[in-house]
Amino acid sequence: MTTRSEPRPYLNPYLAGALLGLVLFLAFFFTGGGLGASGALSHVQAGIEKWFAPGHVDRVAYLADMAGGRRNSWDNSGVYMLVGTLLGGLASGLLHRRARLEIRKGPRVSNGARLALAFAGGVVMAYGARMARGCTSGQALSGGAVLAVGSWAFMFAVFGGGYAVAWFLRRLWT
Amino acid sequence: MAPFDVNGLAGTVGYALAFGAIGFGFGAVLEMAGFGDTRKLAAQFYLTEMTVLKVMFTAIAVAAVLLALASGFGLLDMSRVFVNPTFLPSEILGGLIMGVGFVLGGFCPGTSLVAASTLKIDGMLFVLGGLAGVFLFGESVGSYEPFWLSGNLGRFTLPEWLGLSTGLTVLLVVLLALTAFLAAEAIERRFGPARASVRRRPRLAWAGAGVLLAAGLVLAARGDPGPEQRWRWLPAAIRQQVAERAVLASPAEVVALRKDTALRVEMLDLRSEHDFNLFHVGGAERVTRADLTTPARLRRLLEAPPSTITFLADNGEGPALEVWKDLRSRGVANLYVLEGGMNRWLELYPVPDCVATRGPGPLGGAPEYRFLYATGDSLPASWPELPRSRAFRLPCATAVVSGGEGAGEYLWPNHAYTRRVKPQVKAVVKGGCG
Repeated sequence: MTTRSEPRPYLNPYLAGALLGLVLFLAFFFTGGGLGASGALSHVQAGIEKWFAPGHVDRVAYLADMAGGRRNSWDNSGVYMLVGTLLGGLASGLLHRRARLEIRKGPRVSNGARLALAFAGGVVMAYGARMARGCTSGQALSGGAVLAVGSWAFMFAVFGGGYAVAWFLRRLWT
Repeated sequence: MAPFDVNGLAGTVGYALAFGAIGFGFGAVLEMAGFGDTRKLAAQFYLTEMTVLKVMFTAIAVAAVLLALASGFGLLDMSRVFVNPTFLPSEILGGLIMGVGFVLGGFCPGTSLVAASTLKIDGMLFVLGGLAGVFLFGESVGSYEPFWLSGNLGRFTLPEWLGLSTGLTVLLVVLLALTAFLAAEAIERRFGPARASVRRRPRLAWAGAGVLLAAGLVLAARGDPGPEQRWRWLPAAIRQQVAERAVLASPAEVVALRKDTALRVEMLDLRSEHDFNLFHVGGAERVTRADLTTPARLRRLLEAPPSTITFLADNGEGPALEVWKDLRSRGVANLYVLEGGMNRWLELYPVPDCVATRGPGPLGGAPEYRFLYATGDSLPASWPELPRSRAFRLPCATAVVSGGEGAGEYLWPNHAYTRRVKPQVKAVVKGGCG
């Protein structure tokens, strides 16, 4: 591997945080809402489900809210933001030579186990995010910045839940 | 004044592009912070690297300071900004579940998108798992909906909870963040590999901390803007409404609206308890200006459905107009002032002479009707929208009211009025995760 294709180092976390804060502020300033990711996942999922079971989508209140009847689940600000997030991540990854097909994992975990756990983690994470009405971006970041009480409680709960199980799952990461 | 009405753009390419651009910045910054690498995220829970805490808390502090500055200087109307409603039970349980998922899968939803977009296979699997997770939620939430909807505190912010000004709360957030950063650096020195980030560029970090702290101090020292200041920041068109008397609705219009069953008409009576007891409009609520600006009360006014029309009443108009300006500058919509106040109401819908007589002077800001006893809302004049008020016990046998067809019956004339009330639907802002 030559030095030319070596991935560039990551940004200083405080600088990255300040930039993220600026993006978050601009989102609020221009659109009146913050950032988000998990809400868009719901819209994508409801949109997919509607292809297969439109009647079912109409009957479940939570789904009907997004995709019921003539509602278009895809035409949603969160979905546009999700597409932007993917493109932004890809652009920065290409620019900093970090976009490459690979698996990142802890040192003691096999590839298969990592992928299975990533999927399982995604299931658990997204389930919790919908229950909490937002993920780390939509609740902790956005709600934290506008000083919502529930978002701060949520943030401490996420860290609390993580630290509570970290010791038991230490084989995964250390 | 910001935020801008993006809902007006809905369905256009511009709408998609605006949110796409915000997402682009979001994704790019997450990637630059290293959040596409699951090891960097998981390290947070093993204390070897505190990047997650540093980035998140910096972002929250910077955004909170910028938001408070923008709203404190009249550039941003916070009442139109989405604040995640507080549902403590589901938020705390959901947060705990997410914490477990974080350690299991090594991402949160936003960071998994960035990992997937930079071709990390584990990130792609996490996104697929996320789709499965939202599917499971959609299918199962119905079985425990009461829990999911429990503890709804609506728009509830830390300044309201702590009883502090927004500026002071933001200063506390900054101080909390800086303390957490010091702790994070100490933890990294203790548990992490010897390359703590602040040592790489200490000057920049200290300068940033200084700027945040200074901004927090300025915000705390300034306090929240007063009513006069907020009023001056309003668009000229709204201030013009007062000059053109467009916010003053005749009692006759109030009566007409009270007949409309599709509307909810609220009458907030700002007079003293004494005047209120002597006579008030049926269903009116006596409030003081201080009552109306308490956080809980203000939230009720702000979250009222668009079919609610609220009127402010005083003896005259002056004090009610001041309260109108105050509430309007805080974002309350569908709010009007009773034209001519309760004096004008009693002129249009009089009570019998044996109950109250009108003073000699012209109608002004003081109560012009002398009541012999307190009537509350027991007289037909309190409920003129009821066409024939047979049910009322008449105070004196000889009562004859203008327009009445005979003794014992009240039939109010239909007074002419200029239509001033135009119910407005307030744009609903939803958050990215909504």
